[in-house]
Amino acid sequence: MEKFWVALLAISILLYVLLDGFDLGIGILFGLTRSEERRRAMLSAVAPIWDGNETWLVVTVVILWGAFPIVYATLFSAFYLPLLVMLAGLILRGVAFEYRYKTERMRWVWDLSFAGGSLAAAFIQGLTVGALVHGLPMANGEYVGGEFGWFSPFAVLCGFGLCLGYALLGAAWLVQKCEGELREAAYRQIYLLAAGVLAFLVIVFVYALAENLQIMGRWLERPYLFVFPVIGAAAASVLAASLRHHWDGLPFTMVVIIFLAAFGTLAISFWPYMIPFAITIDDAKAPASSLAFMFWGEGLFVFPLMLIYTVISYSVFRGKVHTEPGHH
Amino acid sequence: MDASALLLSRIQFGFTISFHIIFPAFTIGLAAWLTVLEGLYLITARAAYRMLFEFWLKIFGIAFGLGVVSGIVMASQFGTNWSVLARMSGPIQGPLLSYETFTAFTLEATFFGVLIFGRSRVPPWFYLFSTAMVALGTDISAFWIMVNNTWMQVPVGYVVENGAFVPTDWTKIVLNSVVWVRFPHMLLGAFLTGAFCVAATGAWYLLRKIHTTEAHIMLRMGLGLAAILLPLQIYFGHLVGDYVHDYQPAKFAAIEGRWHDEQPAGEVLIGIPDAAAETNHYEVKIPVLGSVIASLSLTSKEVGLTSFPPEDRPPVLIPFLTFRIMVGCGLAMLAIAWLGSYLSLKQRLEQNRFLLWLTFLSFPLPFVAILTGWYTAEVGRQPWVVYGVLRTADAMTPFLTARAASISLAVFGAVYMLIFAFGTYYIYRLLRAGPSGHVVKAAHAASPNRPMSLANADRETGYAGAGD
Repeated sequence: MEKFWVALLAISILLYVLLDGFDLGIGILFGLTRSEERRRAMLSAVAPIWDGNETWLVVTVVILWGAFPIVYATLFSAFYLPLLVMLAGLILRGVAFEYRYKTERMRWVWDLSFAGGSLAAAFIQGLTVGALVHGLPMANGEYVGGEFGWFSPFAVLCGFGLCLGYALLGAAWLVQKCEGELREAAYRQIYLLAAGVLAFLVIVFVYALAENLQIMGRWLERPYLFVFPVIGAAAASVLAASLRHHWDGLPFTMVVIIFLAAFGTLAISFWPYMIPFAITIDDAKAPASSLAFMFWGEGLFVFPLMLIYTVISYSVFRGKVHTEPGHH
Repeated sequence: MDASALLLSRIQFGFTISFHIIFPAFTIGLAAWLTVLEGLYLITARAAYRMLFEFWLKIFGIAFGLGVVSGIVMASQFGTNWSVLARMSGPIQGPLLSYETFTAFTLEATFFGVLIFGRSRVPPWFYLFSTAMVALGTDISAFWIMVNNTWMQVPVGYVVENGAFVPTDWTKIVLNSVVWVRFPHMLLGAFLTGAFCVAATGAWYLLRKIHTTEAHIMLRMGLGLAAILLPLQIYFGHLVGDYVHDYQPAKFAAIEGRWHDEQPAGEVLIGIPDAAAETNHYEVKIPVLGSVIASLSLTSKEVGLTSFPPEDRPPVLIPFLTFRIMVGCGLAMLAIAWLGSYLSLKQRLEQNRFLLWLTFLSFPLPFVAILTGWYTAEVGRQPWVVYGVLRTADAMTPFLTARAASISLAVFGAVYMLIFAFGTYYIYRLLRAGPSGHVVKAAHAASPNRPMSLANADRETGYAGAGD
């Protein structure tokens, strides 16, 4: 039963990272452009779906709490200050979608909160993953790091890395959804961002080797893990080709595959730990009666419905966004 | 454990949940009202109903969005500030709140999409059905929240194993009798909030002599519904009191301001409780009435606070006062609703400017009643977070510092003030303008998951044709 919930948790996290990833990324890119017309087009490319994307974060949180309460309690209390920043960022960027159109004078406030909130949320998510890879200070299954136990240069590096990664996803989404000048600008950004992400991955790898992080041991034990970097590299080369030929549909898919490869790498190098290397799935799982109660309702029926609903809402909004001049 | 971190965490939880509850309390009632309007429109085909529907749907959108945004913070706070609680009660509270999220997502978000996009694409009966499903979704959300909170008030159906509450009987947890008293009490409170906001808006327009057709409908329906629901609400309030009397005697004694065992017990109407002196100052007390209220008896012995060791007593002043404010608001609403409905039946309401003003100014009453009711329930539960089993002080994240807690309180305070000030102002602007003369076409830029965008639809300042 706990395997079922691990799978649902993994699907929820993955969907969250991919879906909210691109709209957070667009939020970051939004801060880099001054043109009101481009800003509107960028918002249009995510406006109908961002809230649904964020729902997967809430779903992740409640599955984590219900099915693996110890992990929920440990992580949320350990990352107290970073989570605060992330929540504030998500709230501010969420309301900005609507609020910026309700005022002219104050628009800069909401534009700032949109870009800043997106950046903060992306950074914290990367930082969290980095801190987990680096290893949290844990003793006997309890977090013992205090206010800043999650801090390490490595975690901060991962924070920046994910900002680049999300921005890359965002730029690839813009290429797929938009036309004209905005699409051309996004193509140029993809080059830079992809180079940045590549550099980041190299630095992370060298750093992990140099610091001799515990996670590297898992790689030596499990050489089949190298299949993921290979998939990632293959996707990266297709990405490069699609950039040269301006195949609008491909970059996003390729970046998604790169993210999938990274996610797979992390998931399998953590397994069976949920908080490496202190709390396993077995340690953390809720009692059978809790898991069964969740399974027979939301697991078996509601979760599949939500997946179908997500697919439908994306197919409703498929295709290019048409920005009609003079419409607003 | 840091005592000031504990106090700050409690203030933060109280602050964030107080802000949060305002919006669901409003939208639960509004969703039901929208369903009624749509139903009436289908039956009578009167344009006014349609106009009101479109108007209140916009307001629903903003309030619903703010409720969703502030709800995310609630879902995280159990883990950040109350990690011992999260860990121990996770096997019970986690699944309950996950059901809340899952239902909210499927029913509310899915059918809300139909409300925005679907008017021209689905048959009228399906549109009505979708409205009803949104309303049902808000009700079911409230149900799970009340199940969760009721388990913290009256924990049942569990055993303690390895330092965690392990559920043994979900039927008892979900369907116990206390849930079926507290859930209706909350639901009625939300319906009354909707009713009074609608009636107050109607009164406002009549005072300003605008939108009079719609204003009459709002005023009569709002006051009429409130006139019927209020006696029912008072009855359920009494039943809630009974459960408190039976399961949480210390809370009951605090609400009553009763320091010593009494037989028969008097009822303190007003006074200022003094915990240090274990007495009330300036109290006005009616003999025997306390026994009547608590046990429907002229002779029953009722427990006083001094029968509990000091470390097991709740703070007295807050539940004592908040309970009285709640009851006062309820009685004031009853008077307004009955008087207004009587005048309305006599066709004299519209000329009675005094009552119109009274109705207009009454819109804060249901909000105040809901907030003070919750303060009574939650502060009265202290010093326990799970009543009788886990103390609030033991539930906090053990290593949380006062510094971290004050930073988070300050940040949430600032962010909430900013977004709610703006949101409330925007709702006010919509309400002031009233239903627009033309019926808005389906908003092409709004989406199922972006309730707040509806309010943009008729202003044409929105997005550039998102994916049509």
